[in-house]
Amino acid sequence: MNVVAPFEGIGASVRRKEDFRFLQGRGAYTDDFNRPGQLYAWILRSPHAHARIRGIDTARAAAMPGVVAVFTGADMAADNVGGLPCGWQIHNKDGSPMAEPPHPVLAQGKVRHVGDPVAVAIAATREQARDAAEAIAVDYEVLPAAATMEAALKPGAPLIHDGAPGNLCYDWHIGDRAAVDAAFAGAKHVVRLDLVNNRLIPNAMEPRAALGEYDRSTGEYTLTTTSQNPHVIRLLMGANVLHIPESKLRVIAPDVGGGFGSKIYHYAEEAIVTWAAGRLGRPVKWTADRSESFMSDAHGRDHVSHAELALDAEGKILGLRVSTLANMGAYLSTFAPCIPTYLYATLLAGVYTTPVIYCEVKAVFTNTVPVDAYRGAGRPEATFLLERLMDVAAAETGIDRVELRQRNFIKPDQFPYQTPVALQYDSGNYHATLDQALAAADWAGFEARRAEAAKRGRLRGIGLSTYIEACGIAPSAVVGSLGARAGLYEVGTIRVHPTGSVTVLTGAHSHGQGHETTFAQLVADRLGVPISQVDVVHGDTAKVPFGMGTYGSRSLAVGGSAMMKAMDKIIAKGKRIAAHLMEASVDDIEFDRGTFRVAGTDKTKSLVDISVAAYVPHNYPIEELEPGLEETAFYDPKNFTYPAGCHIAEVEIDPETGKVAVVNFTAVDDVGRVINPMIVEGQVQGGVAQGIGQALLEACVYDAGGQLLSGSMMDYCMPRADDLPPVGVATHTTLCTHNPLGVKGCGEVGAIGSPPAVINAVVDALRDYGVRSLDMPATPAKIWQIINGGRRMAAE
Amino acid sequence: MYDFAYHRPATVADAVRLLADPDAKAIAGGHTLIPALKHRLNRPSALVDLSGIAELKGIRRQGDAIVIGALTRHVEVATSAEVKAAIPALAYLAAHIGDVQVRNRGTIGGSVSNNDPAADYPAAVLGLGATVHTSKRRIAADDFFLGMFTTALEQDEILTAVEFPIPEKAGYAKMKNPASRYVMAGAFVSKGPQGVRVAINGAGPCVFRQAEMEKALAAHWSPEAVAGIRQSPEGLNSDIHGSAEYRAHLVTVMAKRAVAAAG
Repeated sequence: MNVVAPFEGIGASVRRKEDFRFLQGRGAYTDDFNRPGQLYAWILRSPHAHARIRGIDTARAAAMPGVVAVFTGADMAADNVGGLPCGWQIHNKDGSPMAEPPHPVLAQGKVRHVGDPVAVAIAATREQARDAAEAIAVDYEVLPAAATMEAALKPGAPLIHDGAPGNLCYDWHIGDRAAVDAAFAGAKHVVRLDLVNNRLIPNAMEPRAALGEYDRSTGEYTLTTTSQNPHVIRLLMGANVLHIPESKLRVIAPDVGGGFGSKIYHYAEEAIVTWAAGRLGRPVKWTADRSESFMSDAHGRDHVSHAELALDAEGKILGLRVSTLANMGAYLSTFAPCIPTYLYATLLAGVYTTPVIYCEVKAVFTNTVPVDAYRGAGRPEATFLLERLMDVAAAETGIDRVELRQRNFIKPDQFPYQTPVALQYDSGNYHATLDQALAAADWAGFEARRAEAAKRGRLRGIGLSTYIEACGIAPSAVVGSLGARAGLYEVGTIRVHPTGSVTVLTGAHSHGQGHETTFAQLVADRLGVPISQVDVVHGDTAKVPFGMGTYGSRSLAVGGSAMMKAMDKIIAKGKRIAAHLMEASVDDIEFDRGTFRVAGTDKTKSLVDISVAAYVPHNYPIEELEPGLEETAFYDPKNFTYPAGCHIAEVEIDPETGKVAVVNFTAVDDVGRVINPMIVEGQVQGGVAQGIGQALLEACVYDAGGQLLSGSMMDYCMPRADDLPPVGVATHTTLCTHNPLGVKGCGEVGAIGSPPAVINAVVDALRDYGVRSLDMPATPAKIWQIINGGRRMAAE
Repeated sequence: MYDFAYHRPATVADAVRLLADPDAKAIAGGHTLIPALKHRLNRPSALVDLSGIAELKGIRRQGDAIVIGALTRHVEVATSAEVKAAIPALAYLAAHIGDVQVRNRGTIGGSVSNNDPAADYPAAVLGLGATVHTSKRRIAADDFFLGMFTTALEQDEILTAVEFPIPEKAGYAKMKNPASRYVMAGAFVSKGPQGVRVAINGAGPCVFRQAEMEKALAAHWSPEAVAGIRQSPEGLNSDIHGSAEYRAHLVTVMAKRAVAAAG
C-alpha cells in the first residue's frame, strides 16, 4: 500500500518546491540566459506623446562602435512584418465592429505615446546599443496630444488614428435599458455617483525581457520571453506578425518574476528580437530598465463612470444603470477591449438580486501607454463602483450599510442564479462570508476603537466590501460569441514514467503562483505519488502541446481540471492493466490513491506495478491496449467560476497630515475548494497589498501634453511592507459545481475586494466632513484638502 | 552609464587636484550620483571617489561641538554614542534617512554638498547653526545653502567635515513623500548657544529658516508657540504629491512636532 506521509494532497499547506531555487538565487529568468554570439538591442522610444515622423536618420548610429544593425518601422514593413494583433473584437451598439487601427511593431509614420517604439539599435554590448540609439536622429513634427479621455472625446480633438474618428474605439452596451428606466421611474430612492478607477502601472518585480534566436540549420526560431502564456505568443507572433509556422517557432517562458496581467500581451519587443535574430543570424536580447517599463508595459484600470442605483423604500435595489469611459491608451493591447466590457459590465449585479441593469461603455484612444488587464481586470472596477454605491446608498437612505447589503444578497437557495448581465453564478453563500468577516474584524467593537483613537487625535474608520468576481477564464464558445478570437480551454498531460514518477505538462504558467507545488499536490492526492516524484513542466511550447497560459485566475479551475481529466484517463487505463495483471474484470477494479484493488479482496497492484507493466508489456493485454501510460486532456470550462467574499478595512487618519494608515484588514474569501491554504493566504495577501496600493498610494499621472509625470518609483508610489497592516485571511467554502475539483480560483480576489473596503473605511473616518465621493488614491494631500476644506459637521 | 575615468585618491589634496577638471565629479556614498549616472543624466569625465581618504572619516567631540567627517555614513551617525549623548535629534535624523541601504552607504558630506531640497541633513546643519569645514575654509551654515542643489562650495573645493555646536535641546520631524520617501516638509528646531533656530526642509527649493517661528519660540519654547504660525505658500514646491498650500500647512505641523520632540 502506498503511504503518502506527511499529507501532501489537497488541503495541505505544502511548502513550495520552486522556492528552493528562488530563495537561493538559482532561478533562471529570461535575462539570465546568454547565448554564444549574442547581440543586445536597445529600443529608441518616442519622447513625444503625439508626433508625425518626417524622417529617421540612422547613418551615424549604424557606424558606431560595436553596432551590427539599426532598424526602423520601414525596415520591418519592407520585410512584410505584420502589426501586433488584438485578440478580442467588441461590437458597437449598432452591431458594427469596433475601430481596430493598426498597431505596428515599430512606429510607422506617427508616434502616439511617450515610449512608443520608434527604432532599434543592435550591438555587441548593451551600452553600445544604447549609445547608438541615442545617435539615431528622428525628425518629429510634434502634434497636439489628447492625454485624457475627456480631451480625446472633445470635438476637434487631435485625431490619434485615422481609422477611429472621434478617438472612439467602440460604444458598447449590455442590459435592458427600457426595463431599467422603468425601474428608476418607480423608485423611492435614486443614488447617483461619479467615480474614477485610477490608472495603475503594473511594476512586476522582474522587468520584461526577450531573447530571440534563429537556427540556420533547422530554420527554427526560438523566443525566450517573460510571458504568462508562451503558446499564445507563439500563435499571435507566428501567425500575425512574423509569419512563421508553429512548427518552426518555439517560445519559452522560463522563470518569470511576476506578471499580474502585464506579461500576457504580445509586445513589440518580442517580435523585434525574434525578427532581428532571423535577419542577423545571431541571438538578440532585450531587457527593459525600470523607467522603460513604466512607459512600455501595459497599464491597468483607467475608467471614469457615472452610476445610478434605484432602490425602494426598504432599500431593495430595483435597478442599476452605468455609463463608463474606458481608456484604451494609444493602441489596442492584446485583450484590452474585453476588459471594460465582458470582464466588467457582466459583474455589475455583484452579489445582489438587482433585477435589471444597463451599462454602456465607450472605449477611448488617448496618447498614453496602452491599457489592458491588470490583476482583477475589470472586476475591481465593477466592485469599486458597486461597493461605493452601496455605502452612499446606505448614507442616503439611512439604512445601515451592512443591513442594506444583507437585504439585497442573493440567498444560498437561489443558485444557480442567473444575473441580468449574462453571467450565471453556480454557488455561494454571501451571508456566511459577511458574517464570518464581521466577526473576524470585530465589527461590533468598532465604535469603542473609534473613540479611543479620537483621544489620540486620530480619525478612525471601518469599511467593508462584499464582492464577487468571474474568473476561471473561460468557456470557449461563450467568449467566442462575445468577440474572443481564441479558445480558452486548457491542456494537461500526465506522463507516468516506467518507474512510477510523474511528469505533468500543463499549458498554465507559473510566475509566482506556486503551480509546481499545487499541481503536484493534485497528483499526490489522486494518484498517490509523493510530490517529490512529481515534476510540473510549463512554459515551453516544445515540451507542452498547447495551452492558453495563466491569467484570470484560471490555472487551477481550467488547468487543474484538465489535469484531473487526464488523470481520469490514466486511472481508466490503469484499471484495464490491473484487471489483466490480477485476472479480474475491469469493473471489479477499485482505485484509491495509487493502489488498484480487486473489490472485496486484498489483491492489489501499485501504480508502479502498472506503469512498469505498461512500458514493459510482457504480461499485458496487448491485443486491446497500447503500451505506455501517458494521457492528455483538453478541458473547456462550462462556465466562469465565481469566487466571492467580504473584505473589511480599518483605517486611522492623522488629520494634521491627511495620512491614512490601514490598521487592520480582514479578508474572508470563498475560493471554492482550497488546495494549499498557505498559498491561498499568500495570494490574498498579495492581492490586498495591490488593492491598498490602488486605494491609497498608486497614481499614474500624465500632464496635459501626454508626458508621464509618474515615470519612476520616485513619483509612482508602490506599496511597501510598512504601508500594510497584518492581513487576516480566512476562507469559507462553497464548491464550484461545474469543475472536477470544485475550485473557483484565488489569484485576483485580494485586489478586487480591497480597494472599496479601504475607501469605504476612509469615508467612514471622515464622516464628520460629509464626504460623498472619494477617488483613489486617497493620498495625504487629498485627505488634508477634504479635512481643511470640508465643514466639520459634528459638534466639537 | 556613459564612460568615465575612476580615481580613488588617498588625500584631500589629491582629490582637490583631480576636481580641478570642471567635468570631474566627487562621489562618496553614491546613492544620489549613481542613479543619476544610470539614467544618463550626468556625463562626468571622471569620478573622484573620496571613500579612501582617511582624514574625512570619524566622529569626535571637540569642546562644545560634535565634528563629523564628510565620509561618515548615516548609520554611523545614527548609532554613535557621542552623537546620541550630545545631539540626540541629529542621531534621530540620521537614523531616518532613506532606508537601510542608503544609511549604510550615504554620507553627510555627500548629502550636505548636494543640497537636495528634499534631503534631511541640510535641515540639521542650518537648524543647529553648524559650520561647514572645507578643503579651503570654514563656512557658516547661514552662508552655505544658496539655492536648489547649490551651495557655496567651489568646483575644486570639497567638504571635509561639519562642526555641530551642541544645543540645549533640538528636535526633528518630517513628512515623507509617500513614493520617494524623501522629505515633503520637515523642521529641525534647536535652542542653545546659537539661539533659537528653525530650519525647514522639503517644502521649498532650498532649506530655509522660519524667522516668525524662531521669534515665537524664543519668546516661549513650546509646540503651541508655533502651532498658530502660518507659513506662506509663496515660493514653496508644488507637484503631483502636494500643492504649495499643503506643504505650507505641513511646515507648521512638522515644526510643532519637532518642538514637541525636542522636549
